[in-house]
Amino acid sequence: MAKVLMKGNEAIGEAAIRAGCLNYFAYPITPQSEVAEYLVRRMKEVGGVFLQGESEVAVSYMIFGASAAGARVFTTSSSPGISLMSEGISYIAGAQCPAVFVNIMRGGPGLGGILPSQADYLQATKGMGHGDFRLLVMAPASVQEAVTMVMKAFPLAEKYRNPVMILGDGLIGQMMEPVEFFDDLKTDATNKDTWATNGMDHRGSSQRNLVKSLFLDPEALNQNNLTLKAKYDQMKQEEVRFETYNTDTDYQVLIVSYGTMSRVCRTAIDNMKKEGVEVGMVRPQTLFPFPEKQVLAAAKKKSCKSVASIEMSMGQMIEDIQISVQGKRPVHWYGKCGGDVPTPEEVTEFIHTLL
Amino acid sequence: MGKTFTKPEALSDQITHYCPGCTHGVIHRLVAEVIDELGIRGRTVGIAPVGCAVLAYNYFTFDFQEAAHGRAPAMATGIKRVRPDLMVFTYQGDGDLASIGMGEIIHAANRGEKFTTIFVNNAIYGMTGGQMAPTSMPNQRTTTSPFGRDVDDVGMPIKVAELIAALQTPAYIVRQAVLKPKHIVKAKKVIKQAFQYQMEGRCFSLVELVSTCPTNWGLTPVDAIKWAEDNMLPYYPLGEYKTPEAA
Repeated sequence: MAKVLMKGNEAIGEAAIRAGCLNYFAYPITPQSEVAEYLVRRMKEVGGVFLQGESEVAVSYMIFGASAAGARVFTTSSSPGISLMSEGISYIAGAQCPAVFVNIMRGGPGLGGILPSQADYLQATKGMGHGDFRLLVMAPASVQEAVTMVMKAFPLAEKYRNPVMILGDGLIGQMMEPVEFFDDLKTDATNKDTWATNGMDHRGSSQRNLVKSLFLDPEALNQNNLTLKAKYDQMKQEEVRFETYNTDTDYQVLIVSYGTMSRVCRTAIDNMKKEGVEVGMVRPQTLFPFPEKQVLAAAKKKSCKSVASIEMSMGQMIEDIQISVQGKRPVHWYGKCGGDVPTPEEVTEFIHTLL
Repeated sequence: MGKTFTKPEALSDQITHYCPGCTHGVIHRLVAEVIDELGIRGRTVGIAPVGCAVLAYNYFTFDFQEAAHGRAPAMATGIKRVRPDLMVFTYQGDGDLASIGMGEIIHAANRGEKFTTIFVNNAIYGMTGGQMAPTSMPNQRTTTSPFGRDVDDVGMPIKVAELIAALQTPAYIVRQAVLKPKHIVKAKKVIKQAFQYQMEGRCFSLVELVSTCPTNWGLTPVDAIKWAEDNMLPYYPLGEYKTPEAA
């Protein structure tokens, strides 16, 4: 299929359909309401399900119910809305159901703002709701990558029976870029008969299925948490995705940056190269699992004096980088989190302070 | 001589965790009998609430999901929207439905979601140990209203059936009780009616059941029934509040 020019939010909606997900529940919130406005029409065309829920809380449980009944299902929201969904996400993870959540981040805390931000890094990677669980978190840096990640998210959610989050920022949702929907990323939903409450007659079984997250027996709850942990350990082995930039040079500083921010960093790296300053970059495409080994390897390069976490948040990724680098290099932070994306000049200026 | 009385197939043979005199067991049995009689066990999904009935799924023999506090109607919405062929019901108490889950039940009802809600109103939080509910009676003593429910402070009890019947969309809203045999016979009839309406593809139905909680009321089972008759039935009148025919 040829490339088409699409707004990020609309492309995300289309990507889900192309991936074989025809069930969407959502609540409007800036800067991602275009997903719902796009899908209300498209779901009608393709015979899918569209429902605007009464709140993000309710939506997260519509997702839970639909997923537990065996359907492929997703929603989109933005930061304050994701906070409300985090309750349901905890239950979904505890009950081991697959689902895809897209967070087009805006600034916080509280109502914050409506402009691009990356301030939900810690929430997405470490603190999404109560209890011991993780999401598989992918962070797109372009509309094309958002499309690809959304399409890949459904089979990954089903592989792990765990929620997957696409963590984009307002810019990814709002900008238009050429995109292609690759047919080979369309997947069939896995057979869920062993666990889903899809009706005994439907699966031709006399055994009922039960979807729950309550385990009053401490040993049973411990066992459930060990089962979850084993999945997260497996993700760390199998799902780490990252990209490097300018790392075949003798760079003095290693940038770690993701999403929209990483694109600004690329321009800054290109500009500094012209001045004769080499800077490398590791761009995590998965934030959980974090590319720890790859960041460590890149930081340990002899020429590399220090590492910089450059984010549209107040130093939320820096801890993952410090854990990765294991104290072998100093780790610095630069960022802005009001809605303005830092410019290449501002990034360059900061990198110069590290030289 | 053949068997004249058996356990419904939809009911498991587990001993329940409910207190002596609790009416959940009666309601479970009525729901199970209705599901058997309608022959829908193989395509029914129940949703358990948070509250005493969180473990309801242990006592039924068909697919079940377990909700967070108050969110069962949203889960039922999700199921029914993606699998309209399934028979779906939520089983909720008064803390779950009328307090934390008021938003979910009102909107599910108003959208006309095609599932059934069994609403067990015993005027108190049972599982957490007898706290005041939105449906607790005026002057009713609970652990969080030890001097009696002060309606000047926290308002009058919420009449859920009347409240939801005020919406235009829902198909069938009814209140019955499970206090005396005559109530129980009627309760089964309306539960069956609600499920039949769902089978016909009609939209939202809710059966409110005036129930007892002897343990947290601090009464014997027999005294609890009398207390409910004397105090709850005058405030929560039984009857059909909305029917598809009248709509």
